[in-house]
Amino acid sequence: MIAELGHYALVLALALGLMQSVVPVIGVRLGDAALIGFASSTALVQLAFVALSFAALATCYVTSDFSVATVFENSHSMMPLVYKLTSVWGNHEGSMLLWVLILSIFGAAVAAFGRNLPATLKALVLAVQSWIACAFYLFILLTSNPFLRLPNAPFEGRDLNPILQDPGLAIHPPLLYIGYVGFSIAFSFAIAALIEGRIDAAWARWVRPWTLAAWMFLTLGIAMGSYWAYYTLGWGGFWFWDPVENASLMPWLAGTALLHSAVVMEKRDALKIWTILLAVLTFSLSLVGTFLVRSGVLTSVHSFANDPRRGIFILAILVLFIGGGLALFAWRAPLLKQGGLFAPISREGALVFNNLFLTTACLTVLVGTLYPLALEALSGEKITVGGPFFNLTFGPLFVALMFVVPFGPLLAWKRGDLFGAAQRLMAAFGGGIVAIAAAYAIEGQSVLASFGVGLAFYVMLGALVDLAERTALFRAPIETVKARARGLPRSAWGTAMAHFGVALSMLGIISAGTWGTELIVAVKPSQTVSLSGYDLTFDGLAQRRGPNYSAEVATFTVRKDGSAIGTMEPSKRSFATRAMTTNEAALMVRGLGQLYLSLGDTKDDGSAAIRLYYKPLVMLIWLGAVIMMLGGALSLSDRRLRVGAPKPAAKSALQPAE
Amino acid sequence: MTRKQRRLVLIGSSLAVLAVAVALVLSAMRSSIVFFQSPSDVVERRLAPGTRIRIGGLVKTGSVERGDNLRIRFEVTDGTHDIPVHYQGIVPDLFREGQGVVAEGRIEAGGSLAADTVLAKHDERYMPKEVVDALKKSGRWQEGVVPGARK
Repeated sequence: MIAELGHYALVLALALGLMQSVVPVIGVRLGDAALIGFASSTALVQLAFVALSFAALATCYVTSDFSVATVFENSHSMMPLVYKLTSVWGNHEGSMLLWVLILSIFGAAVAAFGRNLPATLKALVLAVQSWIACAFYLFILLTSNPFLRLPNAPFEGRDLNPILQDPGLAIHPPLLYIGYVGFSIAFSFAIAALIEGRIDAAWARWVRPWTLAAWMFLTLGIAMGSYWAYYTLGWGGFWFWDPVENASLMPWLAGTALLHSAVVMEKRDALKIWTILLAVLTFSLSLVGTFLVRSGVLTSVHSFANDPRRGIFILAILVLFIGGGLALFAWRAPLLKQGGLFAPISREGALVFNNLFLTTACLTVLVGTLYPLALEALSGEKITVGGPFFNLTFGPLFVALMFVVPFGPLLAWKRGDLFGAAQRLMAAFGGGIVAIAAAYAIEGQSVLASFGVGLAFYVMLGALVDLAERTALFRAPIETVKARARGLPRSAWGTAMAHFGVALSMLGIISAGTWGTELIVAVKPSQTVSLSGYDLTFDGLAQRRGPNYSAEVATFTVRKDGSAIGTMEPSKRSFATRAMTTNEAALMVRGLGQLYLSLGDTKDDGSAAIRLYYKPLVMLIWLGAVIMMLGGALSLSDRRLRVGAPKPAAKSALQPAE
Repeated sequence: MTRKQRRLVLIGSSLAVLAVAVALVLSAMRSSIVFFQSPSDVVERRLAPGTRIRIGGLVKTGSVERGDNLRIRFEVTDGTHDIPVHYQGIVPDLFREGQGVVAEGRIEAGGSLAADTVLAKHDERYMPKEVVDALKKSGRWQEGVVPGARK
């Protein structure tokens, strides 16, 4: 009964969505205020219906109603409640329902908080949003119905894929989806602007908060996924350049570019057409990501199903929205009023540089991800494009970008003073050089990595220099500095924080990747192994039982300089229902580094194969991402950007330019 | 700077960055892409020693020999040809005789593979796509029957 209710609610949402797709457009055509206002209420009701549908599915999972096919396939009555809930989206059908839920939340948010939007723009945005929603409602209802009943209800479910029974993975998909789907708002705004044929700086002001919010969640989602891969896959890697990871990285890169170009558009009324294009492309890449993950063209943990109908349906959605969006762009963009051009050496120029490198880097990732698929389709040859390819292509572009990052905020709008900016960055240059020397003196080995460390420090110091300059630190009396710090817009703090975060992540990646140590060895009970100053004694193996698995746990006592500092217990869990094992690595945080221990084969004589890693500064990778996200949040809380904030009065023109 | 010059700078630098990216992609394509081969491909194409490849098939039953220091030897088969593989390290949990496996490494003079990566399937129901394709090619693949799967 509950499942049917959920199914029916989704059908109603589709019906409403179809109306919302058409009525506002007609309203705008006819100039009818009632029809224009129609979408604001339907968007809210749509959310209510999708939420009802999602709640119904969640109820089926929580009550272990195995007569519903997806519940039977992906749940188990013995599973802890939290995993019963997360298994709602731990499968294809449920995750698509989550996707439309988030889509409708965003749509409703525009309806509810977009009070200051011009009525026609708002109506068109909601209509476009509804086109996307309808495509996905149809996709779910026609090819991936999560509410499908089984003729004979089984007594027990087949359990959630054990790899997904993990707190990290429980929240990874929602975060990622909020990011992906959040970019749909930027897309809808872009399409609406193209239909209206009118675009101005205010447009960028409206789009930025949504893009920023989506970007924050995507940043966190990617970091979460990377940390999950790090501790579950058992060999200490944190990024694999796997197509599925690239699928989330590409919208992130394009979204980051979009954030920056929207600033130029808002402040300087320039780069308008480019920003529109980026908005279309960013969401297109989110759709490509969905296609790669959901269609089954890739075989990985993520592709739960290999139903070709689904692949073709998603491909159709992809072609419709990307093709349609770009065609509309090609047709309407030349009609838009061009923005002004500007001097190459200026804040705008630096942001163009940022965009150039981010989009090119994104392009190399796209090529590396799609080339193997294209080659296989055309010639039947199968190839692997992995880390080495991306290190050689994405790496240099990103390094070049990082070198310019500190210059951006220090250059003035319109016409910047490159020499002056370089002078003010002297401290950052100096710090970078000291860092290179220090890294080389301490670790030696890789000169390239030492330069990378220098670059990371230079960007971090550059962010601090920017803040010091703005608050006149060291130049003015402390009271003035305090006053200026208070007066500094939050977005300036946010920018500095986000740039600092990127550099921090980069430092972590370089350090853990270059100076990490590893030991892969078989140990007997009471044997001691040593790595990077840590001595680990193998105390033995034990069997433990979990709620729906049994675990083989190895216990190690960790000593440093002779004194015990703790125990590490890597384990392997066997899930009987799926005849699967998962690897639970043991992590010990040491400062910003980590000791990482995972268990391999064990033998009857009590010996075990282990992988032991020491990864210096590895925590910075994820810490940096969190700081980036917080920088975004700080910027989002800026009054001038706040969603629904009153329209800036004329006096805003007098505010000091950043 | 005139409007025209500004536009030139913008377009020029865009093209320059793009050209650099294309050059990087092309050179990386040449040096860092690994081709997937089935055991029959390896034998029939007479790949030169030192070539880096990825090979997929089933771990031949009875071929696994474990040595000291986590050394392991096994043969990868597609039912037609067998390729000996040796590796030092920990093999995945689901690495078993008769099961699907993918190994990456360099071809050696004797036609064996010195692997630095060994991947196995994730669970009982899943078979690496590359292995399925290799088996289909050699005609040893039966739809719906996963070789070696436990009942």
